[in-house]
Amino acid sequence: MSRYLTANTMRTLLPALSLAAILAAIFYLQPRTMSYFGLNLLLNLAVPIALATIAQMFILCVNDLDLSLGAFVSLTACITATWLYDTPVLGVLALAGCVLAYAALGALIHLRNLPSIVVTLGMSFVWVGIAVLILPTPGGKAPEWIRALMTLKPALIPFPIIAVVVIAIVVHFGLMKSAAGVVLRGAGGNPLSVERAGWSLLKVKVTMYAISGFFGVLSGMALVGLTTSADANIAERYTLLSIAGAILGGSEFVGGRVSPIGAVIGAVTLLLTGSFLSFLRLNPDWQIGAQGAILILVLAMRMLINRSDKRS
Amino acid sequence: MNLTEKPWIWAWLGTVSIWLVIASISGLSAGTEVLTAAASFGTFFVLVAIGQMFVVTLGPGNVDLSIPACMTLASTVAMKVMNGSEAMLIPGFLIVVAIGLTIGAFNFALIILLRIPPIIATLSSSFLYLSTAIWYNRGLRVKPPEALAEFATGKIGVVPLLAIAVLILTVLMHFVLHRTYFGRSILAVGQNAKAAHLAGIPVERTRFLTYVMCAVLAAICGYFLAGFSGGAALNMGEEYLLMSIAVVVIGGTSVAGGFANLPGLWGAALFMFLLVTMLNTLGLSAGYRLILTGAIIVAVIAISGKKR
Repeated sequence: MSRYLTANTMRTLLPALSLAAILAAIFYLQPRTMSYFGLNLLLNLAVPIALATIAQMFILCVNDLDLSLGAFVSLTACITATWLYDTPVLGVLALAGCVLAYAALGALIHLRNLPSIVVTLGMSFVWVGIAVLILPTPGGKAPEWIRALMTLKPALIPFPIIAVVVIAIVVHFGLMKSAAGVVLRGAGGNPLSVERAGWSLLKVKVTMYAISGFFGVLSGMALVGLTTSADANIAERYTLLSIAGAILGGSEFVGGRVSPIGAVIGAVTLLLTGSFLSFLRLNPDWQIGAQGAILILVLAMRMLINRSDKRS
Repeated sequence: MNLTEKPWIWAWLGTVSIWLVIASISGLSAGTEVLTAAASFGTFFVLVAIGQMFVVTLGPGNVDLSIPACMTLASTVAMKVMNGSEAMLIPGFLIVVAIGLTIGAFNFALIILLRIPPIIATLSSSFLYLSTAIWYNRGLRVKPPEALAEFATGKIGVVPLLAIAVLILTVLMHFVLHRTYFGRSILAVGQNAKAAHLAGIPVERTRFLTYVMCAVLAAICGYFLAGFSGGAALNMGEEYLLMSIAVVVIGGTSVAGGFANLPGLWGAALFMFLLVTMLNTLGLSAGYRLILTGAIIVAVIAISGKKR
């Protein structure tokens, strides 16, 4: 293998190649999507899904898994569509409270050494419960400024593309290039050595959960900006979508090895898979199954890359 | 040994105290009825939790997230094949076991061949199983054979038949866990896989058998649950993802692996059912019920967390 095409670059390129492949397939099947309007429609939901995937990635980075993210995004969407619309101050406070709740979860999981899957599964009931209390029937209204932001029509490049690129770059520099980011990721890779070096693992976990909560809130707000109303189960699918997207984008689940750019690409790829399958006129029964199959396929390719890495 | 040192004691204490609350609100006869219902529903929780417990005991990261999808696929196929005919009861059951075997083997193949964490492997594969179930039956509900429904809902006095059967299975599994080579291998692998390997225990074979057993139990649970609830439905496994894991953890099995116990599963399964019943009895709205259910699960897990 050449010096420039190392296993590491291959690993980084894999998500981008998957995206390119699926995009090419869509353009081939439905050339009309290759336009400003077509792309806008195709990537309509990319922003909230990318934000949720980033939120999941921060949890994966400390070797945990969040099975409540879909419920949490639903809750923040409900708060956005009700309180943030009617009484902005209360809405902002409630959303800040959501972030704090996530930080507290991180502390609880760390201090009591709890399995994140069980805690987050339990919390998903709590989030849905609060969402049902806030918004018993579907409804609410999107605050004007969020609506305006999400329906921006910039010249040349559709808004969702600009938005996800900005998200990817901001998180990339925050987590992958900053000094604090190195410590945060190190805590997932080798918690013991990070602790020996004098960093508080508790602080790391609380920070990561808080950031995850923050992106969860953003995801809910973005979602309401697109749908203009909310309901208590609006983002139910986001739990699995976010995990699959982050994994697809190169997160390794153990060892703090994550990739924000990959995560955003993974999220967009999964979103496009849906459109691709419907353009194929594939039986909609296989929609979920195809997502699973793609996930397995990408994991298999990554395994092959890793193996060649070891051999060389 | 001091009774308070038993890992399963907390689940049972919780169960008894919640039952006392229910009985004091709605009276003794209603309390007995609730207990019968708890045994009926708890049986299904225990059935999947046994498999999940063995998987969790294999060590950190080991958990089977494909249980709901496995239940749905196995029962959907079995109900459609049997098509309500009692002559097909045994073939239907064999199909269910075969599906469980296949799913377990497939899950383990993913884990081993792709070298990915079991959580991710079983999550990805569950998409495939669910899609297959949807495709196979388009979400239609086929009635179970009369005899299966009768058995699944049957009672001796106030004790559900199925609860007796699963209780016998629990005792059997208790024996398997603590007295057989296979059971002790699982514990050894969970405590220290490397040491177990050096001691000559076939680690991968043990893991393989455990994942297969978990899937077979989930498939069998789906079979009887379909008989119990009048057919297989696509969302029938939904609550079993949380339940299978929560029952294992609340029952006092170590999440870090290596230590398991079966009495706790029954305690935790009854606890979970009674908890929901109690919140219903209190006449709370759906929102508050959900919040309390989640909060109590998290609280119980947090309290029992550090003791291990």
